[in-house]
Amino acid sequence: MAIARRKFDAVIVGAGGAGMRAALQLSEAGLKVAVLSKVFPTRSHTVAAQGGIAAALGNVTEDNWHWHMYDTVKGSDYLGDQDAIEFMCRQANEVVYELEHFGMPFDRLENGKIYQRPFGGQSQNFGGAQATRSCAAADRTGHAMLHTLYQRNVRANTQFFVEWMGLDLIRDEQGDVLGVTALEMETGEVMVLQAKATLFATGGAGRIFHASTNAFINTGDGLGMAARAGIPLEDMEFWQFHPTGVYGVGVLISEAVRGEGGYLLNKDGERFMQRYAPHAKDLASRDVVSRALTTEIKEGRGCGKDADHLLLKLDHLGADVINMRLPGIREIAIKFARVDPINEPIPVAPTAHYMMGGIPSNFHGQVVAPYKTGPEEVVQGFYAVGECACVSVHGANRLGTNSLLDILVFGRAAGNQIIEDLKKNPHHKPLPADATDKVLARLARLDAQKDGENVAQVGTDLRKTMQAHCGVFRFADMLKQGVTKIGEVAERVAHTEIRDKSRVFNTARVEALELDNLVEVALATMVSAEARNESRGAHARDDFPQRDDDKWLKHTLYFSEGRRLDYKPVRLKPLTVESFPPKPRIY
Amino acid sequence: MRFSIYRYDPDKDDKPYMQDYDIELEPSDRMLLDALIRIKSIDDSLSLRRSCREGVCGSDAMNINGRNGLACITPVAGLKEPVELRPLPGLPVIRDLIVDMTQFFKQYHSIKPYLINNDPPPETERLQSPEEKAELDGAYECILCACCTTACPSFWWNPDKFVGPAGLLQAYRFLADSRDQASAERLDNLEDPYRLFRCHSIMNCVDACPKGLNPTSAIGKIKDMMVKRTV
Repeated sequence: MAIARRKFDAVIVGAGGAGMRAALQLSEAGLKVAVLSKVFPTRSHTVAAQGGIAAALGNVTEDNWHWHMYDTVKGSDYLGDQDAIEFMCRQANEVVYELEHFGMPFDRLENGKIYQRPFGGQSQNFGGAQATRSCAAADRTGHAMLHTLYQRNVRANTQFFVEWMGLDLIRDEQGDVLGVTALEMETGEVMVLQAKATLFATGGAGRIFHASTNAFINTGDGLGMAARAGIPLEDMEFWQFHPTGVYGVGVLISEAVRGEGGYLLNKDGERFMQRYAPHAKDLASRDVVSRALTTEIKEGRGCGKDADHLLLKLDHLGADVINMRLPGIREIAIKFARVDPINEPIPVAPTAHYMMGGIPSNFHGQVVAPYKTGPEEVVQGFYAVGECACVSVHGANRLGTNSLLDILVFGRAAGNQIIEDLKKNPHHKPLPADATDKVLARLARLDAQKDGENVAQVGTDLRKTMQAHCGVFRFADMLKQGVTKIGEVAERVAHTEIRDKSRVFNTARVEALELDNLVEVALATMVSAEARNESRGAHARDDFPQRDDDKWLKHTLYFSEGRRLDYKPVRLKPLTVESFPPKPRIY
Repeated sequence: MRFSIYRYDPDKDDKPYMQDYDIELEPSDRMLLDALIRIKSIDDSLSLRRSCREGVCGSDAMNINGRNGLACITPVAGLKEPVELRPLPGLPVIRDLIVDMTQFFKQYHSIKPYLINNDPPPETERLQSPEEKAELDGAYECILCACCTTACPSFWWNPDKFVGPAGLLQAYRFLADSRDQASAERLDNLEDPYRLFRCHSIMNCVDACPKGLNPTSAIGKIKDMMVKRTV
């Protein structure tokens, strides 16, 4: 079967904040860019970010990018690469001002400057008083940002391929990346999009967990494609569980609630966070707060008839503050928790939220992987930014508001890097003859499958396995069983069946293809977690409760083929300043 | 719970039909989207858009018992049975509950939905008072779900000529922005018997908006601006 082929300078897969920031850079430089997205761009999951974007503007309290860098390194539990963290924190003010110039509707202070609020893990003067660093548009910062970036791309005439799903990466014999195969959902047609630069900005994969704040589309498509093409996945054992998902539903309740002065209570009405983080209390790092909630529940101090959640109190802030600064939270609480936070606390529980790991990249957005000479060789033609990438600026635990910063800084950096690289590589490389063989075989298998399993059922089993075996606290025997169980799920994924065979907008087919990606992410997570015999950031092992810098101050690399692990050193040397050496992490 | 759902697959159906489903919901299936996902786990051919499941992405707009709304924030409790689900009215159907939104976005793009300011940007942020920012509240929060525009008879009759409430709300969002310098150009762009003035203030849009926004009021303000600049 003949497959249509189109050529572009650059193909970007994913139209969230990272993909659109990169697209803007390329479109404005006059390059021919195609941006693929499974959903209309403003429906990407950046839209759900709430609390803000970090930048040391100093609009409210004195601030400095270097303090922000310290907080990020400490927040990462020293697993973050300090060159990339310096790069990000140094550029924060510039990308935020730029976003404001694009039209971002930030909230304002009386003097007309951008409104900033306190957030978890952010300090002044290297661990001193609480910083006020989160630039916010009420509690809809992601929505405001995503729409602003889309609008700016409309102005720049960026070409979007809306409701197209990336299927597989195309690599040649040298390992260079030459583009992707993709599915147009409306027609069911497969196309080859050939590119001199292929940028993945496919977002997260929180849908590997049963209880997740993530959207349905967050199925780790970029990671699945990369893993199938032989690219390793980095630090996949590190998943952030957000302390405050709506109990029983999972919808996110922003840390901005605590930033504005809300706090957590157990069944005795105790502000328990002061026992776990005497200094920062409710604004400790997310991994710390999520473990505290889980411990309270485990020790019988949870709320409700099953003692399985806690309460987030904010009524003391008053109706005015809630309506002005947290209107979206109020809306969510009323709809999903059936409480009005002006009067009552919100029932919450830790909920899978963010993937610190991803496709290994450097701070130019280039994908780096071991080939022959070292662990971080550039994969020619391949770039990754945003949640799907592991730069790594978040290390073992991301600070709230650093994700929106990450997507702007590295979206822009990758755009700039691509512009430079295309000057050196102005021509398309020839496609290998077998470029589409594997993906067509995968699609043919799915269409021909008889007596296979239901996609929804296998997906549910995958999510429940991850939830039970790889949660906030991790246990050696559960992880060991988890590896076996998730391997069994992977077997079943290879034999799923869809009954819908239509060519037109076949969402059953899309969900089956998404499951191929989810299972790669789940395997990488479970195998990497089982091997890491220490506790660091979001990876908390019951049998190894301490961080072990002698043995484990290193990044994990998981290879899909053979489900093999390798490791590479953490980049402890920043670009210009002194390194922050690992020390005990106390909030 | 009983559902009656609009079905149409151009790959195999000559014409649309309504299909009945009678399904057992779990206690955790509180929203209409939860119910639809349960139906889809049994009949994988049922097609709909969905993503965030919390009312911010705007994917799962549909006509629910005769009213436009988002499935993910519509509680199943209280819906009259059988729950009748149809695609958003006034747009071509691609399949089942999925409509072709090309015309809707074309109108959105037609109002130049981006800030226009030709001054060189300052070193830091452009200043804006909290009061000036407040002018954008109630406008920038739009999620482009199309519930309002596809509830508007003026749009049904002239989808190619009338911008529709969603597009006009965004036109107002930029007209109201103290940082924007293109007010005259924006008003010129709407000075036409159809683009703005086909709104007859019947307020279906206000009724339909799942985010509680008020496009009619924004349209009224644009009309006031038009009048003000002629006198």
